[in-house]
Amino acid sequence: MLILMAVFTFYPLINAFMISFYKDYMPLIGTRAAGLTLHNYVVIFNNQLFWKSVLNTFVLAFVSVPVSIIISLFISVSLKAIPKLKGFFQTVFFLPYVTNAIAVGMTFAVLFNKDYGLINACLNLFGITSIDWIGGTASWWAQMGALLTFTIWSSLAFKILVFTSGLENIDKQYYDAARIDSASKWTIFKRITVPLLSPLILYISITSLIGALKAYNSVIGLFGERLGGQPYSMITIVAFVYKYRADFAFMGFYSYAAAASIILFIITLIFSVLQTVVSRKRVHY
Amino acid sequence: MSEIFVANEKVYKAKKITFNVLTYLFLALVAIAILIPFYWMLLTSLKSQMLMERIPPLLFLKPSQWEISNYFKLFDVVASGPRKGEPLFPFFTYMRNTIVVSLATTAGTVITTVLSAFAFARLNFKGRDTLFAILIGTMMIPGEIFILTNFLTVNSLGWYDIYDQTFMDVLLAMTLPFMTSVFYIFYLRQTFKQIPNELYYAAKVDGTSDFQYLLKIMIPVAMPTIVTITILTSMGAWNAYIWPAIITTKDSFRLVSNGLRGAFTDTGTGRTDFGQQMASATLVTLPLLILFFTFRKQIMRGVSRSGIKG
Repeated sequence: MLILMAVFTFYPLINAFMISFYKDYMPLIGTRAAGLTLHNYVVIFNNQLFWKSVLNTFVLAFVSVPVSIIISLFISVSLKAIPKLKGFFQTVFFLPYVTNAIAVGMTFAVLFNKDYGLINACLNLFGITSIDWIGGTASWWAQMGALLTFTIWSSLAFKILVFTSGLENIDKQYYDAARIDSASKWTIFKRITVPLLSPLILYISITSLIGALKAYNSVIGLFGERLGGQPYSMITIVAFVYKYRADFAFMGFYSYAAAASIILFIITLIFSVLQTVVSRKRVHY
Repeated sequence: MSEIFVANEKVYKAKKITFNVLTYLFLALVAIAILIPFYWMLLTSLKSQMLMERIPPLLFLKPSQWEISNYFKLFDVVASGPRKGEPLFPFFTYMRNTIVVSLATTAGTVITTVLSAFAFARLNFKGRDTLFAILIGTMMIPGEIFILTNFLTVNSLGWYDIYDQTFMDVLLAMTLPFMTSVFYIFYLRQTFKQIPNELYYAAKVDGTSDFQYLLKIMIPVAMPTIVTITILTSMGAWNAYIWPAIITTKDSFRLVSNGLRGAFTDTGTGRTDFGQQMASATLVTLPLLILFFTFRKQIMRGVSRSGIKG
């Protein structure tokens, strides 16, 4: 176990750091690094595609995570309130978790298709003209909208399940006390459910934020290898890493990929540290 | 006085019923939103190209309109192009690869997880807690960082041979890097730790070795957790996309996710055959759903636990 970890976890981490500083590095061909340099970071910081990928990734993460958390909280609370059919609804809501991101992404691509898709057909019913969501003429907002819809759809399952079991662990006494005080449902939700669930909500927010920052499969599923309606219009940081990795035959490109992956690592590290710091403070009540 | 109570009771009941109806309505709407993509996938997979291009789109199909040939066409041999002589969508090849990779990864993961969780939970050795803390720390590192070097490692081990890559090379390259999971070690260690120490010392007095103790006591006790880990790991291979794409040199070594994208767009006309595309998506989704409905309880329990305790 430790050997496997050493070869495939610790060594790669250090080596990625090293590669990101190599000068004119060309892997596979056998050319060793011609020295160390910060140049690779300068190159990607001056690369527009990189900033585009950062923007896309951040918008995706910081919109999809809060929205999906709010939706799944409401769903979990509703699930708790109903006496019947709970198991049925829980199973249905969990389905997106056990699917293949590429297969479902392709299905969303069909749903969002400009001419034959269901989404535009619904919009037409309300007198709205068809929007090109994911095609060649799609605007950035439309593409991001489609990607967000798909991302939220697939991330609900896990959160609903976790929040539902979190709710089951809340002591019934709190609710009984609230009922005696004849508190309204909204007050109960605001004053009891959310505060008592706050450690879990925080934990799930951070982990899903880190997960969302690594989005890649969803983009491939929805847009294919072009990574967007126009080539690379929906590129994410991970996709940026892979794009430069794939071009390893060009001098130095592998190091650009490494440098971008290190930046991603630092971003996620910041959030992990943030999580530990915040959860040490009192977030409970 | 009692009339007021009755009146209040009525208002209360009416309120409760409205609230319940609204709740059910809300849940039903969400359920529909969740199910629509699945329905649309199946529906589109049964549409002929002509029905597909109907505007507005058809929402239902009569059985007589079902174009089952979309599924058969997936196995038609490609007449020309780079993939000449192979089926359009080599579902069974991908499926076999995916299952083999999934089994190997799962077996490897379960073995390493059980052994190291045992070591961290029960054995006392120098630096144990420090080592464990370091392992937990690696969980925050995005996997993309590893891929860059792992590719070079795999290459220098000779498993990425552009001219002569064998299935064994691919299998090793695809499974070895994923045979350890810090998260599952952590998860199983928690379960192991709940087993009382007294049991261990009693076994020691009886002259049981550590390994025997692990086999005879700990594994049976922790079986539900191990089953959960097994199921979750084996589902992972279904979603693997980038790593198999990077380290395989031939189409026939890839996994289901890789085959799905791009195979159905005619490079000449740029037109996508949505019917066939969705047919392949349905074929890939189906085994997962079958697996899910077979092990529904274990999967849902495992996932929810992993979310709460992790």
